[in-house]
Amino acid sequence: MSTITQYVPQAVPPPPSEPGENYLNAAFGLRSWLLTTDHKRIAILYLVTVTLMFFLGGAAATLIRLNLMTPYGELVNADTYNKLFTMHGVLMVWFFLVPVIPVVLGNFFLPMMIGARDLAFPRLNLASWYIFIFGAAFTLWAITVGGVDTGWTFYTPFSSKSSHTNVIPTLTGIVISGFSSIATGLNFVVTVHRMRAPGLTWGRLPLFIWSLYATSIILLLATPVLAMALSLVIIERVFQIGIFDPSLGGDPLLFQHLFWFYSHPAVYIMVLPGMGIVSELITCFARKHIFGYTFVAWASIGIAVLSFLVWAHHMFVAGQAVYSAMIFSILSYAVAVPSAIKVFNWTATLYRGSVSYRAPLLFALGFIGLFTMGGMTGLFLAALGMDMHVHDTYFIIAHFHFIMVGGTVMAYMGGLHYWWPKMTGRMYPEGWSKLAALIIFVGFILTFLPQFVLGYLGMPRRYHTYPPEFQVLNVMSSAGASILAVGYLLPLVYLIWSLGYGEPAGPNPWGATGLEWQTPSPPPTDNFVATPIVTYGPYEYSPLEETELVG
Amino acid sequence: MVAEVPLFPEQASTIAGRVDGLLYFLVAVTGSVTLLVTVLILYFAVKYRRRSDGDRTPRILGSFRLELFWTVTPLFFFLVMFYWGASIYNDVSRPPDGAPEVYVVGKQWMWKIQHPDGQREINELHLPVGRPVKLILTSEDVIHDFFVPAFRTKVDVIPGRYVTTWFHPTRVGTYHLFCSQYCGTNHAGMVGSVVVMGEQDYDDWLAGTRAEGSLALQGRKLFLKLQCDTCHSPGPHQRAPLLENLYGSTVHLEDGGTVTADDAYIRESILYPEAKVVQGWRPIMPTFKGQLADKGSELTEEEALIQLAAFIRTLEPGQTPVRTESFPAPVGAPTRPKGKEPASVVVPERPPGREEPP
Repeated sequence: MSTITQYVPQAVPPPPSEPGENYLNAAFGLRSWLLTTDHKRIAILYLVTVTLMFFLGGAAATLIRLNLMTPYGELVNADTYNKLFTMHGVLMVWFFLVPVIPVVLGNFFLPMMIGARDLAFPRLNLASWYIFIFGAAFTLWAITVGGVDTGWTFYTPFSSKSSHTNVIPTLTGIVISGFSSIATGLNFVVTVHRMRAPGLTWGRLPLFIWSLYATSIILLLATPVLAMALSLVIIERVFQIGIFDPSLGGDPLLFQHLFWFYSHPAVYIMVLPGMGIVSELITCFARKHIFGYTFVAWASIGIAVLSFLVWAHHMFVAGQAVYSAMIFSILSYAVAVPSAIKVFNWTATLYRGSVSYRAPLLFALGFIGLFTMGGMTGLFLAALGMDMHVHDTYFIIAHFHFIMVGGTVMAYMGGLHYWWPKMTGRMYPEGWSKLAALIIFVGFILTFLPQFVLGYLGMPRRYHTYPPEFQVLNVMSSAGASILAVGYLLPLVYLIWSLGYGEPAGPNPWGATGLEWQTPSPPPTDNFVATPIVTYGPYEYSPLEETELVG
Repeated sequence: MVAEVPLFPEQASTIAGRVDGLLYFLVAVTGSVTLLVTVLILYFAVKYRRRSDGDRTPRILGSFRLELFWTVTPLFFFLVMFYWGASIYNDVSRPPDGAPEVYVVGKQWMWKIQHPDGQREINELHLPVGRPVKLILTSEDVIHDFFVPAFRTKVDVIPGRYVTTWFHPTRVGTYHLFCSQYCGTNHAGMVGSVVVMGEQDYDDWLAGTRAEGSLALQGRKLFLKLQCDTCHSPGPHQRAPLLENLYGSTVHLEDGGTVTADDAYIRESILYPEAKVVQGWRPIMPTFKGQLADKGSELTEEEALIQLAAFIRTLEPGQTPVRTESFPAPVGAPTRPKGKEPASVVVPERPPGREEPP
């Protein structure tokens, strides 16, 4: 039985951080980017694409909130309003929230965190980006040449019969981009199974990788169902075959079943990778081993499995049988348990840590706060009697924005700041970043907290006009949204600034233990100078003389 | 202005108070846990802040007992929430017996309402205080949702099927009625009010609102106008089953199956007569799809179907309007069963496809 004494455990000694060749300066020119198969460059391509989508979706949200400043819908007319919230939902869900963390941070860091040189199928990875922008172009074209007014949920028979807008091109774009999700999911699953560095057992896998693995399984299993559901809407519109439209002999609720069979797991596609990021950030900035590694890792898998069994909780008021509703209610509570386990374990990780208030940690703590509130209000919605009142009101809007924006976007921002030095070789400006984290947190609360009250008062979602007594709360929400907008624009400015003027980062500015930090920043094209050999888990921040490594 | 900002919706039904009770419980439990987590995080973050770059931390891997504790404890509270929510939902899904039935048809972008005594309203629903009322709802086009925040209930109104809900209003007043399922351009305009009135006021309202006879009577008029009695009446020319005592009975079908004759079955049989053919009868009925709406009286197809069903529901033996020879068969109806002479269409004493209702 031997022990190894190390204060800063490292799988491989980091090569000197001399300004050598890296993935950014290995080749130049547009062609070297557009034809690259380097997962890191593809991640950058995705970063640019989804950032554009985020700000386009944000622009739609801005107009929505401006319109709701008064009860009478004075900024835009009803049809334009309906197209705006559809555009906001479609772009944000399918072209930002679902892909963002896997395709940007996952693409870049999944191979690096498991000590691999690239993903299993590098060319498939590039193809997935082309498929994605092709789908996005289709959808953006549909929106620019007249828009679509069905809402991002495309409920039938409105979408299949009643709407006279560009439903078919929009759906086509979404179906196409779904294939990009499937390709990415497949790539990740194979990579995690086949390309881990020697010694990187499943029990030593970073939690971000566990969460990406769980996410990829959902992407693989759920996305085809979405493609089917949306294709059936197209078929019904084109060929007048009765699938969903009751006047043609179809069943409108069938669409909701198919749609939510994808779209509820999709919520976990959005938030699971965020949870993974938060596990990385908390451990790094508390300089401490994660509390309950096994529970946090298996919670991700538990969420992935249970997420497939709760879809009908979106249909509690849609004429569902009482006992069916009860089963879906209790299963919805079951899926909340693993999320709660994660929150408690993160909290316990801080205990007796060495907490450094760097910007990524502030984003991570913001995530825990907002995600907890989002999850807690989810418990309201899982209660059948309560859902009956708040379903399809602003309560729901506030709830899922807490999860998907307060959760996912907060975690993404944290991850982006945390790994920015690795991706670019430059530090982000610390003071501005902390300010942005604070502004986003406060702006978010001010925007969405009033919406819970609005929803309980009964204001339905997707309303272009509303009764005057709801105005004060709507103005509060819009005011908060303007603060939130500043919070999101700020990082756009200073992160671009940092590309030229940020402090050089060095290989491991955080003293983090993950494999991705054991190589220069920015990393060389092959990621590692030599294939790392892993001898212990990813969160060994404590001096290891107390630990038996071999024996 | 500030004084007018409501923070809580009015309570105007027996369910409202129960939903609010559940809300208080949920806010208390989730609020305490959120507060606990927040305080712990802030406390740890401050107490264990990094003092120097050489800080060392203990290697704490976890605690099975703690994991068990924070898995089982939430689960217990979740079960309480589940039970509480489910019991309210269960009660809302079971209307009390004998409650008067009001029919609601959603249509882009208005609510059309028919009372049992024949009063019709648009975007307004008048109800008496202190008495339960059952709503039977359907949609003319896309999915709508009938939402009354003061009653804390909503139900999706789905084309092609009937859904039910009920309320027991407890307070006189005028309350918001919203469509809360997105239904197109003027979704936000598909709003109205529910007017809960005292007994006397309600009776006055009923008496003062024009009604062309009860719903069943209007259905009878339609039955005659559409010449349903051409075939559905006793006598030598009967070509279709009698509809007396049909409602609620079990009907045996030509394909060997059975079906309970409810509103949905009657609706389907009028719109898609060949979907379920009664045992012993031939599929000769033409569809009435697209022929029921009446622009003149602003009667939509679904409203007409509701009136016909209301008539059939009240139809007792011997009450079928007697067919007279002066009416021709409806347009499109075969004048005689295919391949058979009229004389050979034997009228059984009781149509074999139907049992007496229990």
